[in-house]
Amino acid sequence: MTERPHLAVVGAGPAGLAAALAAAARGVRVTLVDAAGQAGGQFYRQPAAALGARRPKALHHQWRTWERLRDGLDRQRSAGRIEHLTDHHVWCVERLTGDGTFGVHALRGPAQEEGVTVRADAVLLATGGYERVLPFPGWTLPGVVTAGGAQAMLKGGLVLPGRTAVVAGTGPLLLPVAAGLAAAGARVAALVESAGPAALLRRAPALAGQPGKLAEGAGYATRLLRHGVRTLARHTVVAAHGTERLTAVTVAALDGAGRVRPGASRRVRCDTLAVGHGMLPHTDLAETLGCTLSGTAVRVDAEQRTDVPGVWAAGEATGVGGAGLALAEGHIAGRSAAARLRGTAPDPRGWAAAARSRTRLREFAAALDAVYAPPPGWAERVPDDTVVCRCEEVTAGEVRGAVDRLGAADLRTVKLLSRAGMGWCQGRMCAPGVAGLTGCPLTAGRRPFARPVPLGVLAALPESD
Amino acid sequence: MNPLELARARPGEAFTVTFDGRPLAALPGQTVAAALWAAGVPAWRSTRGTGRPRGLFCGIGVCFDCLVAVNDRPGQRACLVPVRPGDVIRTQEGTGRDDD
Repeated sequence: MTERPHLAVVGAGPAGLAAALAAAARGVRVTLVDAAGQAGGQFYRQPAAALGARRPKALHHQWRTWERLRDGLDRQRSAGRIEHLTDHHVWCVERLTGDGTFGVHALRGPAQEEGVTVRADAVLLATGGYERVLPFPGWTLPGVVTAGGAQAMLKGGLVLPGRTAVVAGTGPLLLPVAAGLAAAGARVAALVESAGPAALLRRAPALAGQPGKLAEGAGYATRLLRHGVRTLARHTVVAAHGTERLTAVTVAALDGAGRVRPGASRRVRCDTLAVGHGMLPHTDLAETLGCTLSGTAVRVDAEQRTDVPGVWAAGEATGVGGAGLALAEGHIAGRSAAARLRGTAPDPRGWAAAARSRTRLREFAAALDAVYAPPPGWAERVPDDTVVCRCEEVTAGEVRGAVDRLGAADLRTVKLLSRAGMGWCQGRMCAPGVAGLTGCPLTAGRRPFARPVPLGVLAALPESD
Repeated sequence: MNPLELARARPGEAFTVTFDGRPLAALPGQTVAAALWAAGVPAWRSTRGTGRPRGLFCGIGVCFDCLVAVNDRPGQRACLVPVRPGDVIRTQEGTGRDDD
């Protein structure tokens, strides 16, 4: 082979950047394909350059890690080892017949109308994740946003959703979101977390293995205190109120079993509710390639290889665990891909440190997952007239009817009978809610198109057999 | 404190766009959604079924709740599309097309 082997990395967040840098440093030509205008992904999302932010680190933590990644990317780009394609929205990756290489199909630019295909010898999927939000009355009102969405708008656009916010749901993301909104000038009326301190204590051994992570949590708690943010643990938002936009939420106390305590609710005035119940992996591209999933995440081996030859995966796509885990997995994936593309077997001793942090951080993520489970009974609390599928405006009653009256037993049949999940977002937003309401297992969506594709782009693709 | 101060931003010069005919100031680099939020606008779509107002939800291009018509082109995700000087932004009614 005269030409350097070519690896396409999809996603320029922590996992994709770590992978691209590791592979490029080992003699592989890398094309980094990403939907955003700048590298960083969601975790290290940067303000647009034209906003002239001279202190973007005020919106971030672990800034030095970001500087290392950013500077590394700049160096490898200047050296011609990495090509970074920004504003490229990948809608499908396929193995091309004949030479066994891969075609990464993307739509270019914010309008997403122009098709581009990147050919590569191997593909590394670092597609990240998105937020899970479970339905409750009023969750479709303007002013109710995902916790991650509020953070993305703050980091990327330097804007706040409103003046007075409640941050609610469950999961480790709520702390930085509340702290970020407060630091940027919003009044955070309450941080409402359904998990209680007892749940954290039960997992103490696994959590104590990560003193750095605990210190990070404690740091947010201190910042929240400084901003006068009240934390309501073992509470939940049971309803959002307003007609044309959000004006208040009802917050209820939960008992030890996670059930709403009768009579223990209060109304909190706010114009913003930033809500989230954890994260889900983006697996569309992997599924279309035929990669096996494990639960809702892409299954990988110790080298971060999927079970499809030539396809690696790293970061949230292989199981949600945060930026630190994504960096470790990306590094291992990039080194493995580089070695395999050069026709050699990688030596895992070379990435022993990354493998150790991967083990530790996966254990930590599993412990957090158990602590931050949505409270039992949330689904029973959703009234029949609450919209569950936001796109198709399908109510909880209609979703329940698909099971109770029409006999559906899986998400796909519920969708066919009720239209829940059939709209623009293709069930990404409502699937966890529908699964909870119906008792159907949350299965991956099987979406051959990871995003809407203009017919003209499909028509212009070369014929293949 | 506001987010621009927190990040010590020195944005380029603000420009004018319109939202449902009303002029708004927007900053270069912002998305359409960020410009609307900065102007205090929380909603810019009404749903196809019940005509209920919607605005931004996921903020990262996944949920399609923030669809809006920009320069007569409906179905744009406000959280992804950069705002440009002179943009004519309109509330998207239903599908945003005449055929619904």
